[in-house]
Amino acid sequence: MCTMIAHQVKILGCGKSGADWFEVREANVSYDHPYELSLEHALNIDFVNEALGPGARVAVELSIEGARQLVKTIQAVLAQADQQGVLEDRPLAAVTSPARTGA
Amino acid sequence: MYTTDQYEGMIAETVTMKGHNGDTINAYVARPLGAGPFPGMVVIHHAPGWDEWYRECTRKFAHHGYVAISPNLYFRDGHGSPEDVGAKVRAAGGAPDARVLGDLEGANAVLRSLPYVSRKVGVFGTCSGGRQAVLAGSRVKGFDAVVDCWGGRVVMSKEELTPSQPVAPIDYTKDLSAPILGLFGNDDKAPTPEQVNQHEAELKKLGKPYEFHRYDGAGHGFFYYDRAAYRQEQAVDGWKKVLSFLERTLR
Repeated sequence: MCTMIAHQVKILGCGKSGADWFEVREANVSYDHPYELSLEHALNIDFVNEALGPGARVAVELSIEGARQLVKTIQAVLAQADQQGVLEDRPLAAVTSPARTGA
Repeated sequence: MYTTDQYEGMIAETVTMKGHNGDTINAYVARPLGAGPFPGMVVIHHAPGWDEWYRECTRKFAHHGYVAISPNLYFRDGHGSPEDVGAKVRAAGGAPDARVLGDLEGANAVLRSLPYVSRKVGVFGTCSGGRQAVLAGSRVKGFDAVVDCWGGRVVMSKEELTPSQPVAPIDYTKDLSAPILGLFGNDDKAPTPEQVNQHEAELKKLGKPYEFHRYDGAGHGFFYYDRAAYRQEQAVDGWKKVLSFLERTLR
């Protein structure tokens, strides 16, 4: 778009779009024009599965303050879980979700 | 000027055309009924996608007497809602300049092949499409007018250059072969007023015909009635500037 600031990270998880869950394999993080949020630029995260086509997408558009708070909160939650010894981690390639495979 | 007693008719539809590398892509064409000849307009959709606003925009040019074609620059990125496809391209850092220019050249060729199109063809774009219109004016032969609406990254730092967007459009200014109209909001961050100043200075230095208008109280995308960025007064004036410029350059 107009800033072209975009990064992609491989992830493992599931996302819900409408009534259906699907496997998400990539997160596209950008600071660029949002579609819905009333800001010129926003921190956008699209959880996608490129193999399923452009429609396999769960999108969030965040204000800067909201995005920063989210990052801190994720880190805090993971640290707390780590402290309690309940973190379960698996390599990205090791798990295949039973979620839908159709677009 | 449109009057209430005049006949008006229009055809608007999706077609296919040959784009970059001879690829088949789709495009939206709107044209006034009649033998013409009508000037042509290539309408470059914005970064968010080949969406409803751009179909309306294409029909608007037809309403004003132009044969307008808007190529789907994201055709190769898959199909779905314009937003989902646009988000995919956003994640990829935008469409590659070379591919876009090939598609715009193809759209120009389609217009020039039509018996009801005159010898004059312009190019219009907003947002990333504004930047691509500036590029096309320098890199593609056969455009007689360029309209750049708030195109960001016409001026680019070295750090912003990428393999798919390897040259800042401003660096091609010496090759610009058509008059250019630029519309900008003074609250815009991409392009900033300073970047617009740089672009204007380069046009002036190289003796290129240009007409820039800058609007107070407007930022990026002030034509988009479906966005909070919409500024009614500035948008109405901006459209007048666009149509007046095209009347002078294409008729």
